[in-house]
Amino acid sequence: MNGGLEWVELTVFAALFVLVTVLGFVAARWKAGNTLDHLDEWGLGGRKFGSWITWFLVGGDLYTAYTFVAVPALVFGAGALGFYALPYTVVLYPIVFLPLVRMWSVSRVHGYVTPADFVRGRYGSRILALLIALTGIVATMPYIALQLVGLEAVLRTMGLNGSGLLGHLPLFIAFLILALYTYQSGLRAPALIAFVKDALIYVVILVAVFYLPAKFGGWSSIFDRSAELLAQPGANGNPKGSIVLSATNQLQYATLALGSALALFLYPHSLTGILASKGRRVIKRNMVALPAYSLLLGLLALLGYVALVAGVKPITNEATGRADSNTIVPELFNQQFPSWFAGIAFAAIGIGALVPAAIMSIAAANLWTRNIYKEYLKKDASPAQEAKQAKLASLVVKFGAVAFIVFVDPQFSIDLQLIGGVMILQTLPAVAIALYTRWFHVWGLVAGWVVGMGWGLYLLYTIPNPAANKAHFGGSALTLDKISLFGWHPFAGSSTQIYVGAVAVVANLVVAVVVTLIARRARVFNGTDQTDPDDYHVDENSDRLKPVASH
Amino acid sequence: MPSAPPRQADSGARRSGLRWNAWNLLLLVPLLMLITSWFNLDQPRLLGMPFFYWYQFAFVPVGVICVGLVYLKTRDEPVRTDQPDRLGVDDLDEGGKA
Repeated sequence: MNGGLEWVELTVFAALFVLVTVLGFVAARWKAGNTLDHLDEWGLGGRKFGSWITWFLVGGDLYTAYTFVAVPALVFGAGALGFYALPYTVVLYPIVFLPLVRMWSVSRVHGYVTPADFVRGRYGSRILALLIALTGIVATMPYIALQLVGLEAVLRTMGLNGSGLLGHLPLFIAFLILALYTYQSGLRAPALIAFVKDALIYVVILVAVFYLPAKFGGWSSIFDRSAELLAQPGANGNPKGSIVLSATNQLQYATLALGSALALFLYPHSLTGILASKGRRVIKRNMVALPAYSLLLGLLALLGYVALVAGVKPITNEATGRADSNTIVPELFNQQFPSWFAGIAFAAIGIGALVPAAIMSIAAANLWTRNIYKEYLKKDASPAQEAKQAKLASLVVKFGAVAFIVFVDPQFSIDLQLIGGVMILQTLPAVAIALYTRWFHVWGLVAGWVVGMGWGLYLLYTIPNPAANKAHFGGSALTLDKISLFGWHPFAGSSTQIYVGAVAVVANLVVAVVVTLIARRARVFNGTDQTDPDDYHVDENSDRLKPVASH
Repeated sequence: MPSAPPRQADSGARRSGLRWNAWNLLLLVPLLMLITSWFNLDQPRLLGMPFFYWYQFAFVPVGVICVGLVYLKTRDEPVRTDQPDRLGVDDLDEGGKA
């Protein structure tokens, strides 16, 4: 179905797209505060979202279009390893349950908008705060670009698969619209659209996971057939994968799930959704309710096997000339569903790209405004100037992401997102651990960041991927044998694989501890703590909260 | 001494910002699903799904129950609703309804 346009699908898609566009613009007036000229309002929706809105907003933020196309694509290509997304999103909530409410409280007392704001207040260190802000921005940018990959996969499946610049035009238009209503409505736009996105996603996935397996003879035969197909040799002569883990990738599976879970709420956009909520109770309830999406994601991952059995062929991206495995789920829907339902499914994925892209660009804009613009460029910026700056930054960020997709191989943004996960994990000691203790010295944290970042990037650089014919940045699975500490190989001969981020964050922590001990012994000044121990427990209705949208 | 000692702002006696509750230990239970060797098996299957998959699906409710119990058992002091908020009522009361 590569040739013509799919008119029915396109019509359904366009109708739903118009609906969310209207919602996006109307959102500016939804639960409006006194002014939109303040980051609390534009960037955090007035800090008053209740449990339901937060559930849709954070759900729409964490479970993105890219997740919905990439996870099944991973299962399609490698089997069980791709299923790591389920344990990742199950261990996530118990891990972040306690730290997040502390983050909410301290941010609410001091008016923090970004994680770097918190670090600035906790350690009084401009350098550390700048490092955290830059890490956040750099890690978020490719993530936004990836949402475009998800959107484009859908557009190309519907026949909008032109080559060259023209091929990117539909994507460009979609993003222009998104950029405009985000500019106008701020976080309220994705919050409102998330309702539509999630409703569509739930309908589509539930239909898909019950209808499709029945069509292909039930799960039992799907798994058996998948096992046979995955056992065939791939590009490097080894089997492509298996339906259970192999001896060498179990550690990779567990550390990838754990590392991804630790990293997720360090991303500025995840924190944006949390800080926009009304109180601690809202966050806690959401930690209980959000796994509903995990269930969905797990079921969706299994569609990778259905696509394998259905013999789906990834569509060749006319812009790059290569087969794009991210098209397998859209292509599966295209083959197996009537056009009108496929149109709904594509709209679900497409709108699923807009929600997180909007939140991510807002989060990156907040970081830019609060931690670079106000900190270094215009120290006396008024709240209105901050809001203006953030709105402009959100436009720049989005068009940067589009330029990324248009002028750079999409594969590069996938690589960058992989790198981004390892990078954001390096802010764990300064952001997450600092919520509990100020034991780490500020220079220990800086040194740990430098080492973790440097070593993590180096290790990623050294990983080849023969299947994709790449010498560098071929994945996040590091063979233990390759770990070298100044020439010493502690795990020589081991073929077990591990997630690079886990290795880098351990190095980060070790260095942070050592430098902390030295700095404490030398009595180096450790910055000024603006926060009070009680700040971490303050709840809504307390008189210690900083009024929303005040100076 | 009838009166409490003055709060020391910057010394070893500084109040700890941590509040411990034994129920929090339940949050560790879902982490057990990271021990892959316990479930990296094809058999027994459930509804045609290998053990590897349905075992992990089963951890979704386990996680929900653990986090939910911690939420219920560690609820902070009830939020006071009987008296008006002392700050920015106009700003905050819109948030009163989700």
